[in-house]
Amino acid sequence: MTWLSLIILIPAASAAVLLIGGRLTDGWGHLLGTAAPLASFVVGLVAFLKLRNDGDPLHQNLFTWINAGSSAPGNTPFHVSFTLLFDPLSALFVLLITGVGGLIHIYSIGYMADDDRRRRFFGYLNLFVAAMLTLVLANDYLALFLGWEGVGLASYLLIGFWQYKNSAAVAAKKAFIVNRVGDAGMLLAIMLMFRSFGTTSFAGVSAGMDRVSSGTATVLGLLLLLGACGKSAQVPLQSWLLDAMEGPTPVSALIHAATMVTAGVYLVVRSNFVYAQSQAAQTAVVVVGLVTLLWGAIIGCAKDDIKKALAGSTMSQIGYMMLAAGIGPAGYAFAIFHLLTHGFFKANMFLGAGSVMHAMDDDVDMRHYGGLRKLLPITFLTFGCGYLAIIGFPGFAGFWSKDKIIEAAFQDNVLVGIGAVLGAGITAFYMTRVMILTFFGERRWRENVHPHEAPPVMTVPLVLLAVGSTFGGVMLLDGWIQGWLKPVVGGEGQENLPMAAWLIQVIVLVVVAVGIAIAYLAYGRETVSATAPTRVSVFTRAARADLYGDAINEAVLMRPGEYLTRLLVFFDNRRVDGAVNGLAALIGGTSGRVRRWQTGFVRSYALSMLGGSAVVVLAMLAVKLA
Amino acid sequence: MNGSESSLPWLTILALVPLVGAVALMAVPRGGVLPKQVALGFSLVALAVSIGIATQYDTGGGFQFVEKHEWISSFGAHYALGVDGLGLLLVLLTTILTPVVILASWDDADGARWSTNSFFALMLTLEGLAIGVFAATDVFLFYVLFEATLIPIYFLIGGFGGPQRSYAAVKFLLYSLFGGLLMLASVIGLYVVTSRTAGGPTYLLQDLMKTHIETNTGRWLFLGFFAAFAVKAPMWPLHTWLPDAASEATPGTSVLLVSVLDKIGTFGMMRFCLGIFPEASRWASPVIMAFAVFSVIYGALLAIGQNDIRRLIAYTSVSHFGFIVLGIFALTSTSQAGSALYMFNHGLSTGALFLVTGFLISRRGSKMISDYGGVEKVAPVLAGLFLVAGLSSLSLPGLSPFVSEFLVLAGTFTSSIVAATVATLGVILAAVYILLMYQRTMTGPVRESTRHLPDLNPREIASLAPLLVLIVVLGFFPKPALDAVNPTVTSLLHQVDVHDPVPTVAANHEGASK
Repeated sequence: MTWLSLIILIPAASAAVLLIGGRLTDGWGHLLGTAAPLASFVVGLVAFLKLRNDGDPLHQNLFTWINAGSSAPGNTPFHVSFTLLFDPLSALFVLLITGVGGLIHIYSIGYMADDDRRRRFFGYLNLFVAAMLTLVLANDYLALFLGWEGVGLASYLLIGFWQYKNSAAVAAKKAFIVNRVGDAGMLLAIMLMFRSFGTTSFAGVSAGMDRVSSGTATVLGLLLLLGACGKSAQVPLQSWLLDAMEGPTPVSALIHAATMVTAGVYLVVRSNFVYAQSQAAQTAVVVVGLVTLLWGAIIGCAKDDIKKALAGSTMSQIGYMMLAAGIGPAGYAFAIFHLLTHGFFKANMFLGAGSVMHAMDDDVDMRHYGGLRKLLPITFLTFGCGYLAIIGFPGFAGFWSKDKIIEAAFQDNVLVGIGAVLGAGITAFYMTRVMILTFFGERRWRENVHPHEAPPVMTVPLVLLAVGSTFGGVMLLDGWIQGWLKPVVGGEGQENLPMAAWLIQVIVLVVVAVGIAIAYLAYGRETVSATAPTRVSVFTRAARADLYGDAINEAVLMRPGEYLTRLLVFFDNRRVDGAVNGLAALIGGTSGRVRRWQTGFVRSYALSMLGGSAVVVLAMLAVKLA
Repeated sequence: MNGSESSLPWLTILALVPLVGAVALMAVPRGGVLPKQVALGFSLVALAVSIGIATQYDTGGGFQFVEKHEWISSFGAHYALGVDGLGLLLVLLTTILTPVVILASWDDADGARWSTNSFFALMLTLEGLAIGVFAATDVFLFYVLFEATLIPIYFLIGGFGGPQRSYAAVKFLLYSLFGGLLMLASVIGLYVVTSRTAGGPTYLLQDLMKTHIETNTGRWLFLGFFAAFAVKAPMWPLHTWLPDAASEATPGTSVLLVSVLDKIGTFGMMRFCLGIFPEASRWASPVIMAFAVFSVIYGALLAIGQNDIRRLIAYTSVSHFGFIVLGIFALTSTSQAGSALYMFNHGLSTGALFLVTGFLISRRGSKMISDYGGVEKVAPVLAGLFLVAGLSSLSLPGLSPFVSEFLVLAGTFTSSIVAATVATLGVILAAVYILLMYQRTMTGPVRESTRHLPDLNPREIASLAPLLVLIVVLGFFPKPALDAVNPTVTSLLHQVDVHDPVPTVAANHEGASK
């Protein structure tokens, strides 16, 4: 398929034009930038239809990226060819990235209209889209890694888009560095693949996996999981995501909700052949998912910043996907299913939050909102669809996808199942809280704020995403999603539920209803204060501090690192340098201080050369005697 | 080694072009732009000749463009030149960087104690000698040229730079002379060894590679060479001259020093240490790998702790050179191909970083990170190019240094999991030192002291553009460079008599089928 590469090339070329063209493209840059992902979407759709008709994955061999080392007999050169692979799994991602991405681009035209660097913003967004598409279309782990770090770069640039704010610049740097920790895991995984199989292509690794030792399989699975944790903001590499909300809101919707942060889930699902060989690695994925889904949900409960509440929620929802992916063939399809529905409803809610911020003069504090449903009717209704989807209201997209994951969790382990149900309850609580604080109750607006509905260029994407949030569940009809992904991830596991499926559904609904009720009692009936209460329990305090994720990183990594660095700088200036200087002085036969060099004491150089010559003589004698 | 004699001595011509330019500069009247134009002209002619050589180079391998004349027959010394893929790559690096540096340093010597003419003449002299070093296939000739390069660089550091320049220049010279003397001892030792053989004394590389050297002797001689190269390729703990030199020299001098001259160290390790002393190389490899890994981490941590931009970049080079040495002594074809490519890529990326920060420093008159802030807002082009250069230094995939760094790591991982794993930590630290520097200088609110910094002018952009374009192109398409070095690596592994470890699954499979 010679046109497959257009999917990547169109946004890549657009990014190049916008970023290199500079101010020349200011006038129309946003239009080109928006047209690019939409054009990719069309190409992706054509490829999708072809894949559906033919059933065979589409390939395009582009070029040999790396061919290094010796190909002489007995040696193993390192070879990576850049080949695109459009199979059922990548097809869904391509459509998600370019489809939801395209809508977010359209929305951004309006959202960024007053920013004089809007053209550059679209350049970065296109760069992101191109890198993300490379990530999902690669058929080799190293080529995947190219996209993997590419999206990290785009994320860095976009979090720090308003880099004249120190907080934005620091958040961007933090995101990149925390991600690098995960990336180091990825790199080591790729090295281990080369050591084990002599190749890093999906096909090569997949073919060799059943012959590696279980220890190797476990290490490989854990290293890939480390990479996934970084990109998908899973515990213990979760701390960057909340700060990443410093970026413009469309960025939060596209990169930090719908697409990039789900790359970790993609990686685990794509590497299903690795996890198939290691129960331990699978268990680790489940544990990470479970811990993060609760961790993120708890953080989401305590945030008054609407974007941070949604960010906590994103962590939590990706935790669900991770959990499902860790369960194995019984869960892979549902992980992707939830990833897609989450892509709709979370992008929907983030853009809705952007619309609210737009109306409230960029205030993000929900305690300054209230009663906005009448003034922002479209935002309210579309956000409502997202809300109903995420809490799992029957019929909405999230209901189907989360329910399937909870069922799969119960099949895996009753405790995991209970954790997943608990998470659903907390989700219902914090989302209801967001809903009430923003759209209901009395108006707690600051002075001189005059809320108004956003222009159509922003509301039309909202409506389309709301449609997706509402009807996304159709992918489950007739088991379509499971059947579609079967060639990549294998079939379903056997049904092994500890109780009837309907009973689980009822339990989940009851727990969700309890969550909603508590939120209503706490925020719907009481007057909400416009400032956050300070006399709160230790639990609230912990949740407000992101469960001390940053504090732990600081105490365990950053401060010791700083001390070590300072010590080494001191040591390097005084000791290493001094020792070598001293040695040189000794060899030079001068008892004088090194300071003399600064005075240009020529005789000491001559002496040092003389001393050196003595060494030569000694060495020659050694040779003679040997 | 058996490359045919070429019709014209192209390598000699190539080395002579800049040397003639240096002489011509002495004749050109001082002042004005004429000396600058003459210098740029000669460096461009050299670039053109080197590109001509590269296009005629046969990627099948072996030494090509060979020249050989007897020089001092009683020593067995020859004037012998020739390039294999590795040598060609480094010659090209030299000829690419010199015009770039001249263009970037256009006004750097104005108002210095010595004339602009001598500044550029020294640079051209350095270029000519460096080409000779990378092309020499006779150990004695190599040694002479190796020491000769110290003269122009000593004057470049000591004559044109910051207030502490003479301290830095002398320190650099003493370290280099110390290493050079150890190498001289080994060079003499080689004479002693070969004079006992049937063929009589010889310094020709092709003869030395075939000479049997007794184990203990070989190890001692190896150490002499290695010590000299370890000073050049600043390895911990012999690195302390570099931060001072880089901090005091002009940016252009720093580029020639770190990107070109320091490569002689790693180049020498590959060509002479491995080529002449295969047994000693295998013997020393575990210890050297340990030192290399230590350099990777140590250099990165020191870079994080710096407030002086130039010292910071110097320490990143300590870390990067650690990777190169690691790849060489991991003794796998993948890691060595990575190291060879790394030498070239590091030259581009560190060169770009020194130059762009040089432009920044010349605008504000301070090399302290803490004196900056918010530059992106007032000079977006400078900030953008700084970021690209920085990202290449932290080995972002899509930029050329990633390919070489990953190859080093992947190859090393097959021979030593521990070394590769610890070195991988350097990848994380690289993100810290680059992004921390970028954040502290370029982002945040605009400061009073940076409010009026002008953005880059066309000359400055033109000098950076070739480097950045090459970094991007080789990031996606490193094939031409890898094609050149793969045969070199193949013959080196053969010479050292090692093979790549067999992939474990294939090994298991074979074991099972037996």
